[in-house]
Amino acid sequence: MIAKSEPSNSQIVLYKIGKALKTPTPYLTIFGVSLWLGAYYLFCEGWRLPLFNKLPGPYEVIVEWLNPDPDWGISLYSPEYHDHIYYSCRRILIAFAIATGIGVPLGLFMGWSKKFRDYSFPILETLRPIPILAWVPLAILMFSGLETPVIFLATLASLFVTTLNTLLGVNSIDESYFRAAKCLGASNTDVFLHVVVPGALPFIFTGLEISVGVAWFSLVAAEMVSGEFGLGYMINDSYMNITYVSMVIAMLTLGFFGWITSAFVRWVGNRMMQWRVKALALEGR
Amino acid sequence: MAEKNTKGAISIKNVTKIYDPEGVNVMAVDDCSLEIKSGEVCMIVGPSGCGKTTLLNAIAGFHSITEGEIYLDNEILCGPNKPLADQGSDRIVVFQHGALFPWKTLQENVAYGPIVQKVLPKNEALDKAGGLLEEAGIGDMMKKYPGEVSSGMARRAEIVRALINNPKVLLLDEPYRAMDALTKSIMHESLLEVYDKTNVTIFFITHDLEEAIFLGDKVVVMTTRPAKTKLILDVDIPRPRNYQVLSSEKFRVLVNEAKDAVHEEAIKAFEAGERELA
Repeated sequence: MIAKSEPSNSQIVLYKIGKALKTPTPYLTIFGVSLWLGAYYLFCEGWRLPLFNKLPGPYEVIVEWLNPDPDWGISLYSPEYHDHIYYSCRRILIAFAIATGIGVPLGLFMGWSKKFRDYSFPILETLRPIPILAWVPLAILMFSGLETPVIFLATLASLFVTTLNTLLGVNSIDESYFRAAKCLGASNTDVFLHVVVPGALPFIFTGLEISVGVAWFSLVAAEMVSGEFGLGYMINDSYMNITYVSMVIAMLTLGFFGWITSAFVRWVGNRMMQWRVKALALEGR
Repeated sequence: MAEKNTKGAISIKNVTKIYDPEGVNVMAVDDCSLEIKSGEVCMIVGPSGCGKTTLLNAIAGFHSITEGEIYLDNEILCGPNKPLADQGSDRIVVFQHGALFPWKTLQENVAYGPIVQKVLPKNEALDKAGGLLEEAGIGDMMKKYPGEVSSGMARRAEIVRALINNPKVLLLDEPYRAMDALTKSIMHESLLEVYDKTNVTIFFITHDLEEAIFLGDKVVVMTTRPAKTKLILDVDIPRPRNYQVLSSEKFRVLVNEAKDAVHEEAIKAFEAGERELA
C-alpha cells in the first residue's frame, strides 16, 4: 500500500472550493440573487410600476447604505445604525440563551419521563398557539422598563419551539437504543446522558435553528411596539418618519443577521454531531 | 474470552403471553416450554410474527409474561410473582435492525458496557475494545461511526460489544434478516468462529430454516400465533462447522425433516393474515 500523508487544512479548503466550483450550486446562487436584484431594480427604478412607486430601488438603497454622509440619516457609517444592530443582537443573544437553557432541559425531561410530560404537556400546548403579539400587553404589564419586555417576548417564542422540538427529538429515538443501553448495564442516568441527549441532538439543533429565527420575528414585533433601539424599532421609526430608504436598509440588515445566526447554530450543530455529518456525507448529502 | 462457558442454561416453563391492546386479548405465546443447555446454540424458527420475539423479550426483560416461569441457571428470571425480568448484562441482545449507538465510534460502542458497569476504567475499556475489534478483523474501522461502515461490519461490532461483557447468553433477534446472501454467509462463519471461541449460550431467532440448521445445536420450530413448540430437531453435525456442511447429506436430511413443519406453519400464518406483533 502506498503511504499517503494527510492533506493539510489549506489543501482541504482548496479542494473543497475547487469541487464546489464544479457543481452548479455557486452559479445558481449568483444567478438567483442577480435575478432577484434585477427584478427589484426593474420594478422600482426601471419600469416604475405603481405598486412599487413609493419604495426605494436597490440602487438608491445601496448608495445610501455606503454613503459616509447619508441623505436620510442612516448608513453603514452612522453610529446610530451600529447601536440598532448592537441592541437587537444583544437581545437575541440573551433571549436565545435563556430559551435554550430552559427549553432543551425541559424538552429532554418531558420526553424522558412520562410522568413529567403528563404534568406539563397540556400547559405547553395551551400556551404555544398564543401569538407573540398577544403577549405584548401582558409583557408590558409584568415588566418595567423597555428592555425586559422585549427580551421576554423573544424568549417566549423561541422557548416553545425549542421545547417542542427537543421533546419530539427524544420521542424519535429508536426504542432499541434504550434497550441496548440497559442490556449493557447502563443506569437511568447513563441512559439519559448517553442515549436521550445524543439521540435527541439532531432534532434539538433543527429546533434551535427554527427558534433563533422565531426569536428574530418576535423581537422585531416587540421592538416595533415598545422599544427605543433595535432593527425593528428602526423599521417602524423610518416608516413613521417617511425615510423609506432607512427602512429597507434595516430590513435587509435584519435578514442578513438572521441568516448569520441560523448559520452559526447549524455550524455548532455539525461540530457536535460529527457522527451524523459523516454518515450523511456518505449518502451524498 | 478464552475460558469455556459453563453458564447460561435457560429453562422456559409453560410460558404464556397475552397482549391486550385496545381491550382485545391477543395470545402471542401459549404454554410454551423449552430447555436450553449452557453453551448450546438454540435456533428458534417460525413464521414472521408468530411470537418468537415475545419469548426473546421476556428473557431479556423487555416485556413481562402472563403465566409460567423462565429460569437462567436455575435462578428465576420471571414468574408469577415477578412477571418482568430484570435487564442485565448477563443476557445481551443483538437487535434485528442493529442498535450500535450512532453517536459513538465502534470502539466507544464496544467499550460502553465495561465503562458503565464500572468494571474497567475508561482507558482500559477502550484498549480492550480495540483489541477485541482487532481480533474480529475490524480493527481498522474502530474509530469510525456506525453510519460509516457496512451493515455487516456494524453487526459484527455489535456482537463484539455484547461479548466484551462475558454474557451468559447472547440473544439474537433475526440479526441477518436484512442482509444479502453473500454477506449473510460471511456473518454466519464469523458467528460460528465466535461461538467456537467462547461457547456462549445462543438464543437465535430466524425464519430461515437453513440458517437455523447450519448454525444450531438445536432447532425449535414454532407454531404460528399463539406460539408453542411444534418440533424440536437436534442437529448432530460436528463442530467446528464450515460451508461444506451445507452440501452434506446430513444437512439435507435435517432440512427435509423440518421443512414440512415450517411450511405448514407458514401457510397457517399467511392465511390468518394477522398483523405481526413486535
